[in-house]
Amino acid sequence: MISTNKGETVSIVLDGEEVEVPAGINLVDAAALFKKEIPHYCYHPQLSVAGNCRMCLIEMGTPMRDRGTGEPVLNDDGTQKIGWVPKPVIGCATTVSPGMHVKTISEKVTDCREGIMEFLLVNHPLDCPICDQAGECRLQEFATDYGRGYSRYVERKNVKPKRTRLGPRVTLDDERCILCSRCIRFSQEVAKDDVLGFVDRGSYSTLSCFPGRELENNYSLNTVDICPVGALTSTDFRFKMRVWFLKELPSICAESSAGCNIMVSSREGEIHRITPRRNDDVNDSWMTDSGRLLYKQVRSDNRLLTPQVKQTESALDVAISSAFESFNGKKLAIVGSCHSTLEELYLLNHLSKATKAKKYLRGHFGEDDGILLSADRSPNLRGTLLSGFTNEYPKKDLSKLNDDLKKGVVDAVLVVNEDLLDSGVEGESLLGVPVTYLGTHQNTTSNLAEIVIPTLTSFEKKGTFINRSFIAQGFASTVPSPGGLLPLTQILCRLLSLSDEESKITADFSLIWKNLSSPPKSPFKGMTFTDAQRGSLQIDGSKWNNLSFVEKKALHFEPQSSVLSSK
Amino acid sequence: MKWKFLDRKSGKPIYLICNADESEPGTFKDRQIIHKDPHQLIEGMMISAFAIQAKQAFIYIRAEFFEGAKILERAILEAKEKGFCGDNILGSGYSCDLVVHRGAGAYICGEETGLIESLEGKRPNPRIKPPYFPAVLGLYQCPTIVNNVETLCNVKHIMEMGGENFSKIGKPNNTGTRIWCVSGQVKNPGYFEFECGALTLGEMIHDVCGGLLPGRSLQAVIPGGSSAKVLRADERFQGTLKDGTDFDWGIEDIPLDFDGPMAAGTMSGSGGIVIMDDTVDIVEAMANVNAFYAHESCGQCTPCREGSLWMKKITSRMCSGDAREEDADLLLSVANQIEGRTICAFGEAAAWPTQSFVTKFRKDFLAKAKSQKRKKDSMQLI
Repeated sequence: MISTNKGETVSIVLDGEEVEVPAGINLVDAAALFKKEIPHYCYHPQLSVAGNCRMCLIEMGTPMRDRGTGEPVLNDDGTQKIGWVPKPVIGCATTVSPGMHVKTISEKVTDCREGIMEFLLVNHPLDCPICDQAGECRLQEFATDYGRGYSRYVERKNVKPKRTRLGPRVTLDDERCILCSRCIRFSQEVAKDDVLGFVDRGSYSTLSCFPGRELENNYSLNTVDICPVGALTSTDFRFKMRVWFLKELPSICAESSAGCNIMVSSREGEIHRITPRRNDDVNDSWMTDSGRLLYKQVRSDNRLLTPQVKQTESALDVAISSAFESFNGKKLAIVGSCHSTLEELYLLNHLSKATKAKKYLRGHFGEDDGILLSADRSPNLRGTLLSGFTNEYPKKDLSKLNDDLKKGVVDAVLVVNEDLLDSGVEGESLLGVPVTYLGTHQNTTSNLAEIVIPTLTSFEKKGTFINRSFIAQGFASTVPSPGGLLPLTQILCRLLSLSDEESKITADFSLIWKNLSSPPKSPFKGMTFTDAQRGSLQIDGSKWNNLSFVEKKALHFEPQSSVLSSK
Repeated sequence: MKWKFLDRKSGKPIYLICNADESEPGTFKDRQIIHKDPHQLIEGMMISAFAIQAKQAFIYIRAEFFEGAKILERAILEAKEKGFCGDNILGSGYSCDLVVHRGAGAYICGEETGLIESLEGKRPNPRIKPPYFPAVLGLYQCPTIVNNVETLCNVKHIMEMGGENFSKIGKPNNTGTRIWCVSGQVKNPGYFEFECGALTLGEMIHDVCGGLLPGRSLQAVIPGGSSAKVLRADERFQGTLKDGTDFDWGIEDIPLDFDGPMAAGTMSGSGGIVIMDDTVDIVEAMANVNAFYAHESCGQCTPCREGSLWMKKITSRMCSGDAREEDADLLLSVANQIEGRTICAFGEAAAWPTQSFVTKFRKDFLAKAKSQKRKKDSMQLI
């Protein structure tokens, strides 16, 4: 957690080559900028520096000055003499300074790395064949890259517990632990739940929870991610899958408006785990434990897999045309969802125009944990504003729809992913009203709906979510969708073309984004879906500054900071 | 020297800590000072605290010195009654509180940043330097001076005698007095205070301590606590001293000051002189030292944590009948992998004994392996 003054650079000599690096960064990061790896275990760019693994030992020197006069000491050829520090220094705790000389490759450095690798392995069980970390283990990687390749150790290894329960989701294998203290620092500094510490000393040190406490906070699985070895394992993922079989694809977490960047690991279309993906503007390298469980919805028992018309299975085409017929000519109410993508909401808005429907929306709210689980439990509430679907901040229920149904202002409902009966709509208000349900999972609304059209989860579709800081984040599908299902964008386009034969809108994302960015005052000016997919795309949300967003101050988020930042 | 680096401009409170965590094997001088003349320490500390303008001073005393802690607490009460310490010292308007803090039994608390962590109530893992130099970011991230008991006691005498007079004691660059703690196989072990360089190691052994036990001959000497490099009895030391004079010493000619042991490739360290005669099994002595360091390593950084235990396991295996000829080289290599690569000086403290024992007594290590091999072979014949 070293702060850098933006723009300021210093010049250092890295392995004999003069390079410019941002001022204030450490040597591990500086070397990484030039594709030079300084191996490390305990250093994590988003945690404080501990300097205990000693793997990043390198040689460092600074230009020499005369102690008395302060004059530079010169070599015979007139260049300034370099005072090499006699002992190797750790790269993670050494900040760059002007003229600093660094050797990341030298005989001494190699000797240091070989020594540290040997030390780390003397009491390591070497149980890679049964270790979950195998394949993504720093010990394995650095042992092959920097180790000697053989062991001189003939003594008995230390024996430690193999399966300590640290909390409901984390299991510790003490023998594999290299005592880097990343998990301890994470718990203290990021999760703000100081429960971990070392007991005993020397080589017998073991990681432990404080007496009577458990590692049970909603960020506990991040300790598993940052554990460089196989010591901390996810109880959910443990022994289930070898990581080299997993296909990793980037996506965005749909749990809350924090919009964590995630990596979805799947094999043959089945998701096995979700891990955070680093984005220093949004979630650093972290995500919630609860967000990691969302993949279980993909293959849950109540997943909707076949279109239904009047409780009987039907073909998708039939369901779509039946849906159109059910509301055609009626006073339609369209219930949008803050869980929909920007593109879906854009199309839904057009459908409402074509069908002259009234639009309804509800928000989903919960407790704000001040880190990465925001009070707004939907990923795209700001997308509903930016897509033009609404201009108001959604309430927490749909009582207005209930009133309108009672008054007869509307007499047909098309609902996307919301459970009407759970949102303040009374069952009797819906009597005789044709309901079309477009959603991923079964609920009371889907049970009573006349037409049910299954849609895709955020893991199976592509789209854009706009998070609490008005950052647009595009994502693509990570696993194939269940057979026969179409993304909501295509379903909406079909309904649109049925409602308005002249409509030229298609489900082509480049076209949708072209339309989104074409109005003269569009906040999406000059942006494309590819831009959104590439990384953090800051959108100007100042237009909605007067709305009272529920999110509290949290990691990388200041309330009302929707004004375009300096980026 | 340490006081020069003190950050006086930060505006943060400045702390003074007396390091009375005397745990170096072979050393027992601070204990004697505390037991015999605690007021000397308190006086030295109050003068030092005034010099650095500290408002709060601590004596961090090791857990095992419970009697010493009691004595100090009583002495502080006495000093407070007389106005030598506490509020408005001797009517000067300057106040400084003095507190005794007992450790919990860890050698690493003698390392100043480990001590500071422990004093803050944490696990005494030494801090990384940079950035945590105590004089800038010490106790509670405030400028802090940590000095040893003997050093702080000297402050009193320097003040009393004046710096110039004090520096006349001893030899140039080796001023003042030192307390030497002699242990091991001599007739009269004990602690003795002498002017720096007033006598040689031989004089210390033979004249002061009454010589070796009857019929024994000198084998080895550790001159400055167990971390100091060991000296072999038949070694010769040649070279040039700082002042330009050439020297050619046997072990008994080494002057007991700071530069003498340094010139002989070791250090006067804590002043703990350990005498080993010819009855000592060098490998077992090494095993003893290694067991200490393996037990006391805090476990924070890799080389010391794993290396110290590994060295202990090797030497204890050698002593239990499984010595191999390659063990000597292995020990040396492990020690070399620790030295200079750790967070604190504990790494050197653990590595130096092994390095010096193995290099200087290589024959003993090899002989151990050979004799055990013979024993094993003969057992197989039966």
